[in-house]
Amino acid sequence: MNGTMNLLLVSTWQTVYMVFISVVIASIIGIPLGILLMITDKGQICKNQIVNAILGFAVNIFRSIPFVILLIVLIPFTRFLVGTSIGTTAAIVPLSIAAIPFMGRLTETSLREVDRGLIEAAQSMGASPIQIITKVLIPEALPSIASGVTIMTINLVGYSTMAGVIGGGGLGDLSVRYGYQRFMPDIMLYTVLILLAMVQLIQMLGDFVAKQLSKNR
Amino acid sequence: MISIKNLTKVYHSDSGDVMALEGVNLHIRKGEIFGVIGLSGAGKSTLLRCINMLEKPTSGSVEIDGVEMTSLAPGDLKEMRKKIGMIFQHFNLLNYRNVRGNVAFPLEIAGLDKKAINQKVERLLELVGLSDKAESFPSQLSGGQKQRVGIARALANDPKVLLCDEATSALDPQTTLSILNLLKDINKKLGITMVIITHEMNVIKHICDSMAVIENSRVVEQGPLLEIFANPKTDTAKKFLNSITMSELPEELKDRIRSFSSYHMDGKIVKIGFFGNVTAEPIISTLVKKFDVDANILFGNVDHIQGTPYGTLVLELRGNNGSVDRAIEHLKNLGLKLEVI
Repeated sequence: MNGTMNLLLVSTWQTVYMVFISVVIASIIGIPLGILLMITDKGQICKNQIVNAILGFAVNIFRSIPFVILLIVLIPFTRFLVGTSIGTTAAIVPLSIAAIPFMGRLTETSLREVDRGLIEAAQSMGASPIQIITKVLIPEALPSIASGVTIMTINLVGYSTMAGVIGGGGLGDLSVRYGYQRFMPDIMLYTVLILLAMVQLIQMLGDFVAKQLSKNR
Repeated sequence: MISIKNLTKVYHSDSGDVMALEGVNLHIRKGEIFGVIGLSGAGKSTLLRCINMLEKPTSGSVEIDGVEMTSLAPGDLKEMRKKIGMIFQHFNLLNYRNVRGNVAFPLEIAGLDKKAINQKVERLLELVGLSDKAESFPSQLSGGQKQRVGIARALANDPKVLLCDEATSALDPQTTLSILNLLKDINKKLGITMVIITHEMNVIKHICDSMAVIENSRVVEQGPLLEIFANPKTDTAKKFLNSITMSELPEELKDRIRSFSSYHMDGKIVKIGFFGNVTAEPIISTLVKKFDVDANILFGNVDHIQGTPYGTLVLELRGNNGSVDRAIEHLKNLGLKLEVI
């Protein structure tokens, strides 16, 4: 029993670690990417068809590659970046790279929902594009962006279960190696329950944050 | 103050070019309230946006206070826009900021320090009568209050010009009136030149000094308000005026008038349109006394514009031996617009 407990704890920690770091990285890069996607589009404040087309194309490519393939394709890049291509830390690289374009699209959608009239009003006051981004677009879309981060986080929990392919560990790996390959249905059940609780918790937390951010609106 | 010459705006789209404005010429004097009326799609919103370059004109010139707007560099345009306030039909307030924050917004953009911003916001809120709502968020305000915030925000950087884009179209009649009065007040107090876009003649009637009528991308008529009210030249202008003066009676009303008086075959029904001081004369009692005709009022309305009375009166005149004709002649000589129905 103690051994099982230990396995579950270690794997849970690995999942939390992978997902958390990936969420932070994907947010730091993906949110600005989404802003760029939105403002460079036709009829927006910094329209630039070339930049928009290139970014849009890149995002679509990364989003169309199945994650399990991305894990393998990125091995050389991962090795270059973190010095190793196996292990939990190494898994953070493909996880982040899969999540960045996803977060970009989510952010883009959130920003598009900001009333055009608000942008126009800011322009009529002589606001610069930077001021429009920092004082209008981001704060107005913040609750929606927070919901986007929640969706991405839950997605990453799902992706992280495939990290076992490159020795990344985590709950998914545990359920495959012990629950499935070693015929230990109890471990399978526990990992699923833990994942369930994790997703539930993330959603609740995300909803709470989004609600706090949209207070008074 | 604002001089628009030969302004043309064409929208290019996949399905072809759309002419939004065609050869528009307007002259708006310093300190006046200038109204532009037109049906939706006539191009009035585009015209307003061409003044502060939210829409870039295809050709022509827009000059504000001697500055040619169409050729300004981006940085200069930003500076110029700070001197041109704008308010909107749907208010366009920032939802994440309270009233104070919304009014402070243009001041932050202009780079004022916190202390100066706070002082200014207090004064602006007082001006629009919202000092007690400073901490409220837009979602907690009524339409009229939201527009007051919009006005305070537009005035924050002491603009020389205020552009009003259908500013009262989303408001009920009573609130519309209070907002119009506020705008008129501000115009008097601060001497700001205002350009008002609307499809409601009532708005123009209530506060404008001059007006222009826009139809199918062209300005078809413009001039001082009283002149256009007294003497509309185009059908479009007449139609808009009719919405408030009733100088053209609706068919229903004509039918009712006819049926009401059908048994008085000896009389005539005349419609009198009047504008200005002629109404100060006791017309009806003159008719009765001097021409010995009976005058029966079938329909009438009187209103004021800039203190000048105007209106329409439908009278049934009865009398004998041509006295009715003589009475009609007299009324015509008074300079009244008269029509026998």
